[in-house]
Amino acid sequence: MSNAVEVHSVSKSFGAVKALDDISFEVRAGELFGLVGPDGAGKTTLFRILTTLLVADSGSASVLGLDPVKDLWAIRSRVGYMPGSFALYPDLSVSENLEFFAAVFGTTIEKGYELIEPIYKQLEPFRARRAEALSGGMKQKLALSCALVHRPELLLLDEPTTGVDAVSRREFWDQLGRLKSSGLTIVVSTPYMDEALRCDRVALIHGGRILEVDLPQSIGARYSLPLIAVKGSNRFALLQTLREFPSARSVYLFGDELHYSDKRVNADAGEIAAEVKTFLAQHGHADAETAPITAGIEDSFMELMGSAPAPKAEAA
Amino acid sequence: MRSLRYLLRKEFLQIFRDHFMVAQLLLMPILQLLLLGNAATFEVKTARMYVVDRDHTETSRALVDRLQASRRFVVVGASPSVDVGNEWILERKTDMVLSIPSDFERDIARNRAAQVQLILNAENGAAAGVTESYAAQIIGAFARELTDELGPVRLMPVKLIPAMDSMQTLRAAPIPAPAVRAIDIRARGWYNPDLNYRDYMVPGILVQLVTVVGSLMTAMNIVREKEIGTLDQLSVTPLSRNVFMAAKLIPFWIIALVELALGLLVARFVFHTPMLGSILLVFAAAAIYLFAALGIGLFISTLVDTQQQAMFVTFFIIMVYLLMSGLFTPIRSMPDWAQWLAQANPMKHFIEIMRAILLKGATTRDVLKPMLILVGFAAVVLTLAVRQYARRVG
Repeated sequence: MSNAVEVHSVSKSFGAVKALDDISFEVRAGELFGLVGPDGAGKTTLFRILTTLLVADSGSASVLGLDPVKDLWAIRSRVGYMPGSFALYPDLSVSENLEFFAAVFGTTIEKGYELIEPIYKQLEPFRARRAEALSGGMKQKLALSCALVHRPELLLLDEPTTGVDAVSRREFWDQLGRLKSSGLTIVVSTPYMDEALRCDRVALIHGGRILEVDLPQSIGARYSLPLIAVKGSNRFALLQTLREFPSARSVYLFGDELHYSDKRVNADAGEIAAEVKTFLAQHGHADAETAPITAGIEDSFMELMGSAPAPKAEAA
Repeated sequence: MRSLRYLLRKEFLQIFRDHFMVAQLLLMPILQLLLLGNAATFEVKTARMYVVDRDHTETSRALVDRLQASRRFVVVGASPSVDVGNEWILERKTDMVLSIPSDFERDIARNRAAQVQLILNAENGAAAGVTESYAAQIIGAFARELTDELGPVRLMPVKLIPAMDSMQTLRAAPIPAPAVRAIDIRARGWYNPDLNYRDYMVPGILVQLVTVVGSLMTAMNIVREKEIGTLDQLSVTPLSRNVFMAAKLIPFWIIALVELALGLLVARFVFHTPMLGSILLVFAAAAIYLFAALGIGLFISTLVDTQQQAMFVTFFIIMVYLLMSGLFTPIRSMPDWAQWLAQANPMKHFIEIMRAILLKGATTRDVLKPMLILVGFAAVVLTLAVRQYARRVG
C-alpha cells in the first residue's frame, strides 16, 4: 500500500450548497499532506467523509486501503482524528481525558506513551487541571495526545492551529514533523499559507474544488505573471488607484504592502515596476515604492482563486 | 465491557463534579415535593358565607350554627335580602350565600321537607364544587339529626351559581339534592377515608420528578456531548453505539431510582403518605417506567442540536403528559379523544400504579395490566430511540 488516502471524484452537497465538487487526490504513506484553503472551502466536509462521519454523494475514497462506508469500524480504530474545535471534556482533568480516550480505544496511556511522550510531557505539570482551565495551546496539545493515544497509522487534523498563539503554532508544527519522521502519515488542513510551507505536499482547495496539488514551493514557482510589491502611506487609496492602472490584473493587500500583478505576461517586471511608480506619482502617491518580487504560495493561491469558478452558494 | 465501565465512571465523575447538577438532583426534587405536596391541593380551608335568614327560628339558627361549627364556613355578613347577598358575591366579599326561606321550620314540621338555597361564586369551578359539597354534607347531617328528633325529614338545598359569562344574570343550576334523606345515603371514601388530597398528590408528584430526571437530564446530557463536539470525536473510535447509549442511560436510570427512594422517604416521614403495598413493587414499576422516560430523552437528543432546544422540547412533552396524566384533573372527565390519548401516556399508567400500590396496597396482580402497558411502551420508545440514534450517528 503506497497511498494512505485516495479520493476519486468525491462530491457532497448539503441542500443547494455544493460542499465538495468532484474532488480527487491522494496522500502517500508517510507523507505530511496539507489541505490549504479559506473557511468554507470544504476541508471539514472532506475530513468528515474520510473519518466515516459522512457519506459522499458520489465518488469513492479509500483510507489505509479501506472503504470509509463498508469498513468504517476498521478505519475508526486505525485513524486518529482531531476535529476543528478540540473535542475534550471541559470538566474532566488532563489525565482523565487522556485515560478516557485510551479506554475507548481499548488501550492504556502506558501502551501509547512512547508516541505521545514529547507532547504529553509538557502537559504533565497540569495533569490534574480541568481541560476547561487550559490555554488554547495546551488544549491543542491535549487533543493531539488524545488523538494519538491508540497509536494510529493515519492522523487527520482539521485546522489544528486555529485560535492558538504563534509560539504554540510553531511548537505544534515541530511536533508534526517529529511524528512524521516516526513514520506516521498526517493530513492537516489549515487556512494559513505559512503553515502550508511546512507540508511535504499541499492541495489548494476553494469552493469545494481542488485547484492544485503540488510541493508548496512549486506552487509558488508556477506563478507566471509579473508581480510587483508596492509600499506606500495610504494603503487603501493606493489599492484604489492601482486598480485603475490600465494593465492591472489584480491588486490585493499582502501584510503591510500591496501585491500587484500585470496582464502583460511576458513583460519585464522591472519595467512594469517603474511604470507603476510613475503612474502612482502622477496620482498623488509620490511616496509609493515599487519592486519586482518572486511569487509565493499565497500569490498563487490568490491567482488560482481568482480564475476558479465562483462557488455555487455565492452565485445563488 | 471494559470500555462500558470506563464510560460509566466518566459519566458519574462528570455528574458529581457538577455542583449545580448535584443540587439539582438532590435538593430541587425534595424542595419541589415539599412545596407541591403542601400547596397542590383542592381543599378549601374556610369559605366565607353570607346568611339570608328569613325564617328566624330556632331551627334556622341551628342550621347556621351547624355550618359555622364545622369551621369550614365563617359568616361574613347577614341580611334579609338575597339581592344584597348576590351583590356581595359579585364584589367577591363572600364565597357563598345561604338563603333560608321564611317557612323553613314550619315546612319541616308539617311536610317533613324544606328547601334552602346555596348561591356560589363559580369563577373558580373546582373551589365552588368543593364548597358546595361541604355545605351539602353538613346540611345532610343536620337533616339526619332532625330526623332522629322528629321522624324523617327531607332538606333540599338548591344551588344557584352566578354564570361566569354574564355576571348580571344569575343562572339557576338546581342540582338533584344530595340531602334527600328519604333513603339515608352516607358517603365514605375508601382507601383515603379523610379525602386527604396530599396522599393523592404526593405519589403523582414523585412520578413527575422521576420523569424529569429520566427524560430531561438524559436528553441534555447527550446533547451536551454534541455541543462540545465529543460525540463526533467518539464516533471516530471503535466504541460501539450500544455501549455509548448504555453508558448514557444507566447513570440516569440509577439516579432516578435513588431520587424515587429519597422522595418516598420524604413522603413517608414528612407527609405520612400511607404505604400499604410493596415498596419493592413500586421500584419494579419505576424501573420499567424509567426505560420509557429515558427512551423519550434519548429520542429527543437525536432531534435537537443544543441543550436549550432539548430543554424546550422535553418540557413541552412532559407538560402535555403531566396535564393529561390524571394528576390534576381526572381522566374520566376529559373528552373521549383525550381519554384515548391518555392511554398512550406512560405517566398516567405509572401514577395509577403508584397510587394503587401506596394507597390501596395493590399487588402485582392488581397492577399487571398497566405494568404490561408500561413494558410495551418502554420497548417501543427505546427501540425507536435507538434506531433513530443509529440513523443520525452513522
